[in-house]
Amino acid sequence: MSEAPVLSVKNLNTSFLVDGEWKNVVRDVSFDVYPGETVAIVGESGSGKSVTSLSIMRLLAANTSRIDGRIMLSGRDLLSISEKEMRGVRGNDAAMIFQEPMTSLNPIFTIGRQISEVLSRHKGLSKSQARAETVRLLEKVRIPNAGARFDDYPHQFSGGMRQRVMIAMALASKPKLLIADEPTTALDVTIQGQILDLIKVLQEEEGMSVLFVTHDMGVVAEIADRTIVMYRGEAVESGPTEEIFHRGRHPYTRALLSAVPRLGSMQERRWPTRFPFVDIKTGEAAESVEVAGTVANGRTPVLAVKNLVTRFPVRSGLFARQTGAVHAVENISFDLFQGETLSLVGESGCGKSTTGRSIMRLIEPTGGDVALDGYDVLRLDNVGLRDMRKTIQMIFQDPFSSLNPRMTVGAAIAEPFVKHKLGTVKEAKEKTADLLRKVGLSPDMAGRYPHEFSGGQRQRIAIARALSLDPKVIVADESVSALDVSIKAQVCNLLLDLQQSLNLAFLFISHDMAVVERVSHRVAVMYLGEIVEIGPRPAVFDNPQHPYTKKLMAAVPVPDPSRRGIRRGISNDELKSPVRSLGYQPPKRQYREVSDGHLVQVA
Amino acid sequence: MTTIDQASPVLAAKREHSRAWRKMKKNKSALVGAVIILFFTALAVTAPILPIIDPLATSWSAIRKAPSAMYWLGTDDLGRDILSRMIWGAQASLMAGVFSVAISVCIGVPFGLVAGYFGGWVDMVISRVTEALLAMPFLIMAIALAAFLGPSLMNAMIAIGLSAMPIFVRLTRGQVLAVKTEDYVEGARAVGLNHLEIMLRYILPNVMAPIIVQATLTIATAIIAEASLSFLGLGQQPPAPSWGSMLNVAKNFLNQAPWMAMWPGAAIFLVVIGFNLLGDGLRDALDPREA
Repeated sequence: MSEAPVLSVKNLNTSFLVDGEWKNVVRDVSFDVYPGETVAIVGESGSGKSVTSLSIMRLLAANTSRIDGRIMLSGRDLLSISEKEMRGVRGNDAAMIFQEPMTSLNPIFTIGRQISEVLSRHKGLSKSQARAETVRLLEKVRIPNAGARFDDYPHQFSGGMRQRVMIAMALASKPKLLIADEPTTALDVTIQGQILDLIKVLQEEEGMSVLFVTHDMGVVAEIADRTIVMYRGEAVESGPTEEIFHRGRHPYTRALLSAVPRLGSMQERRWPTRFPFVDIKTGEAAESVEVAGTVANGRTPVLAVKNLVTRFPVRSGLFARQTGAVHAVENISFDLFQGETLSLVGESGCGKSTTGRSIMRLIEPTGGDVALDGYDVLRLDNVGLRDMRKTIQMIFQDPFSSLNPRMTVGAAIAEPFVKHKLGTVKEAKEKTADLLRKVGLSPDMAGRYPHEFSGGQRQRIAIARALSLDPKVIVADESVSALDVSIKAQVCNLLLDLQQSLNLAFLFISHDMAVVERVSHRVAVMYLGEIVEIGPRPAVFDNPQHPYTKKLMAAVPVPDPSRRGIRRGISNDELKSPVRSLGYQPPKRQYREVSDGHLVQVA
Repeated sequence: MTTIDQASPVLAAKREHSRAWRKMKKNKSALVGAVIILFFTALAVTAPILPIIDPLATSWSAIRKAPSAMYWLGTDDLGRDILSRMIWGAQASLMAGVFSVAISVCIGVPFGLVAGYFGGWVDMVISRVTEALLAMPFLIMAIALAAFLGPSLMNAMIAIGLSAMPIFVRLTRGQVLAVKTEDYVEGARAVGLNHLEIMLRYILPNVMAPIIVQATLTIATAIIAEASLSFLGLGQQPPAPSWGSMLNVAKNFLNQAPWMAMWPGAAIFLVVIGFNLLGDGLRDALDPREA
């Protein structure tokens, strides 16, 4: 490329002041971003990718951070100009969008006002000019009926729409460089697809450069011309995206890529398959192993759900009269066999988590039948319920909030065992040590507190705690979603191992289609509280029938750079809401059998 | 099994309080607070055996004398030795502070816990009553209660404790609402723990920090409230001394005898600071997350 780079970073070093010592978190990072180019910085949490982007914008607290090196933005050295001049650069020459669209807009001003303020400040437009320009920008980011939404407040927009507003705001000053820090991570997969498409289209229209920070290899493959892989503060590898994906040289790059679940990689396989383990030092990959023959088909299901309904009342008005209901779970039925993994997939608000909680009666369902290993769950009294809890346990999404910070992990793991009087204190200790070993930790860690562990380790502890009652069914609610890819692969492998050795049945709740494909025997797709498609994993993934299933699959970013440039066609569809007015009668649903056990909702 | 990445250095299982104690010892300001409180407590406890003048003995020849070799801290309007009144007064004041706050915490925290945890009509009833109590000015309510119970130091402490209680209900409830939504609370239910176990083991330890801080601040308020009640004849009965009652009398002589106000004022100030420092230290020491 002969043109001068828009952004040129040379030997960037960023340090933070921690307990009186300077800790170097970004070391000697150098890269260029050329006009019209998209460069992705990819890495796991703690790799320094976000710090790099914040350093470029000089958005780190001045008294506790130090940035060395050279950052040239269109020929201007950003590290040598004053803070006042830097304010002119931010939002003008370079704009930034962030991960959390829910908190990055001011809730008390209309979105129109927030965008036009940028315009009148940076461009000196008059009020009416600013309004016209704002509407144009909102149209540009494909917000339907933009003119009418000018005076709406942020809470009237969905997450995806707010991210569009953020992008419109970033575009307001026609920046040469857009820095996008995990802009789609908090969004649902179909919305993520829309936003990625939007960024691609806008980049073509505006000719701007994009620096895209993400942890998701699928997103990288889809959007980036060149990629920088960061690991523990260093850029370990950089190059054209295709090079990185197909001929990555650094062992970490290869380890990272092998841990990325790919949708469609399971076409040849019948059973859930472990992730290949890659040695981070050598980059050698071990063969991935199928975990076969765990399912006890044909016998009585360990968990049978029939016509389960859970609704939450919506109240409003002076006397909090019920005015409607959230139909979170609407008439769903399925069976789960010993040793089987059934995945519930769907996007936020589809009722998949509520289903899991209703089955455990952590939420009181409105109606239906749940038979769990001989228990009639929905008709148990308190004592029966407590006994039932020995059979079914849960693993939560966020390992940082699922353990009591005031309890040692040993006490946390032993607690259920002691509570249900399954043995003496000594036996509880032995059990704890045994469980810690089972989940790949060492028994002498029992005396430590949760904050002393990493996210992946905490998730292992949560699994150990769930196992301490020797349950038959485990509800895993987004249990690997919050973890970094390499950790995610390890925890998935652990779950598969445990299923094999303990013959566990998993109700695996997830929005991540690629992981689901990897670990499930059967899959149920949920949409607005209903199961729209259910069947054996190969059948559902290779031959999806319901339009929503197809849409969901098409939206998943595939870590294959050859698919770059593919457009899904921007649709502005939003997720619909399951809130219904009082007296709403859900329609009778019909299911069609596509093949053996593969059912699709037809009407 | 795949290997696990490195973890922080091994800490053998230690009993919780020994760890908290070690952390406490490293915290300089908390130690200063503890020393201040120990000092005043020691004075209060040893008052009967210290070689000091009778705090009730009046002397017409020594009215409002400035500090001297005979009267180290001076004398008051009836010629009583301020030093010995200070030392005896420490008893009443410290007790008023600690005991009334103990009452507030012991009643307020459980109510707040129950209201926040169960929600619904339980919360409705407790919260509305709390708000009604909060609508009444703290001191007015303490006076009314003390008058109703009859004048004595003990009744004054009960009155102050009950009047300060609504703050703890509210504070605890708010904290519980935040902690209740954490996954670990739902996890505890999933394991089969009952409500009491969840409240005591999962919620209470995680809401204690702001309660401890509030308690140390309330001790100061309580000491001053006891002074006001004494002034109205509802607290410590004259001529028995308390810092508050001494301060109340002294304000009439600020120009003629400033020392009369200075010493009890300084003592209240020091004790309040002492409790605050200690409270901050306790909060940090009891939190396993703080290194």
